[in-house]
Amino acid sequence: MKDKHSDSKLILEKVSHNYAAIAVLKDLSLEVNQGEVVVLVGPSGCGKTTILNLLSGHIEPVSGTIQREGIIRTIYQDDGLFPWLTVSENISIGLRSIPGAERRKEELHELLNLIHLDGFEHHYPHQLSGGMRQRVELARVLAGDSDILLMDEPFSALDYQSRLRMRWELVRLLKNRQRTVVFVTHDIEEAAQLADRVLVLSARPATICRELRIEAPRPRGLDDNVVIEAMKEILKELGLHTSDNPDA
Amino acid sequence: MKRLKTSQRKEIPVLAEVKRVSSILRFLLPAIVIFCFLLIWYCISALNLFPAYALPSPAAVLMSFREEMLAGRLINDVVASLWRVAVGFVVSVVLGIPVGLWLGQHLNARKAFVPILNFFRFLSPLAWIPFAILWFHIGDRPAIFLIFMATFFPLALVTMAAVANIPNIYFQVAHDYNYKGIELLTKITFPAVLPQVITALRVSYGIAWVVIVAAEMVGCQDGLGYGIWEARNGLRLDSAVCYMLIIGLLGMGIDRLLFQLTKLRNVRWGYER
Repeated sequence: MKDKHSDSKLILEKVSHNYAAIAVLKDLSLEVNQGEVVVLVGPSGCGKTTILNLLSGHIEPVSGTIQREGIIRTIYQDDGLFPWLTVSENISIGLRSIPGAERRKEELHELLNLIHLDGFEHHYPHQLSGGMRQRVELARVLAGDSDILLMDEPFSALDYQSRLRMRWELVRLLKNRQRTVVFVTHDIEEAAQLADRVLVLSARPATICRELRIEAPRPRGLDDNVVIEAMKEILKELGLHTSDNPDA
Repeated sequence: MKRLKTSQRKEIPVLAEVKRVSSILRFLLPAIVIFCFLLIWYCISALNLFPAYALPSPAAVLMSFREEMLAGRLINDVVASLWRVAVGFVVSVVLGIPVGLWLGQHLNARKAFVPILNFFRFLSPLAWIPFAILWFHIGDRPAIFLIFMATFFPLALVTMAAVANIPNIYFQVAHDYNYKGIELLTKITFPAVLPQVITALRVSYGIAWVVIVAAEMVGCQDGLGYGIWEARNGLRLDSAVCYMLIIGLLGMGIDRLLFQLTKLRNVRWGYER
């Protein structure tokens, strides 16, 4: 479905960053391949959001280089939609760069259809549930010619069941419209179900302490062996596995 | 599916009934209070607790209303006051909101200007009366000037604070989708503060309507405030009460009009969240 075949590229080379005296990242190197889903997991406050802000260009690193190619868009945890615009107006923002009103209209309909929200095009975000709002956000970032999606704990404000549903939804949408994804989360299940590659980050200053490839095709069930194995690995790395519990 | 239908059939008439009762109450309850108020007023004046010149009776007020209407003074005064408030208020809006938008976006400008803006906000506009008359003499202009001084500062300050408090996430999203310059201002910044700006309009209009009465007592030869002043000079408190009623009712009416702005679909989010 992707109408453009440009090369997307996202490379961090020996990037360090600090806020005032606090070192947040130290010599972090990371290369994201085209069409890959990379999930960053780590303890809270370890600088995951900082990495995304560096990738998107909202902040510049103190040292190191960042190469970006392609159109980058971010999905935020909550409230990234403009509350004064309707569902279709919000999605249309993602279609701004597309020439031709007729084509934009077609695309909009297709996207509404894709996220199963036809009939809600004239609703405002505050009239929707959290899950519906995140689906609109997904449609907006997928709209038009985006190449790279950055996701900052996009489902963590949702209840557990909606979260599970949104993971399927994301997998389905990415099958439909392939994108390069960098996904930040503290949810280990999410990482195991979605990632081609999981990067486990250390506490601040963050470095990558473990890289884990998951080869199985998506969608993956929560009870799939690959998923359970991957979760074990990640838990071990974070020091949260039962074998790490002194009382066990 | 079937179950859903039957439950809907039951619920809708009940809901309609609840709505009907609540809309009746909305008019009935205040009507009772107003009626009681008038009744007390009538009783006090009928019992002659105060001399007639100090507390006019409802009948006397009605008579003076008829008199003022027939003489054409009342209509003339209403038009004069509305015109002054409208001009002063529109000038305030046209200057105050852009100033607020600009200050909201520039931290250093805020640091520089907020103290002096606050100073003027807390300076009663009535303090400007001597200057208003000296600079603009008698007529519409001193009153318009006072309305402007009363409303510009709150409007600019509220707009500024609203802009300064826009969640950063909106600007991050705007950056992702290449909003810049004028488009950023009109498509992101302005709609993001519009609900608060509408509230500020209602509040500052309220101030304007209070100030106009005082302004017209000294700087004008007509208008509602002047009407009250004239009534005092002629010891015609019945006429004064008549003017007071008109001032209160008009103020409420125009606030209802401004309130309609809050029903715009693209600002509802600001009041419902």
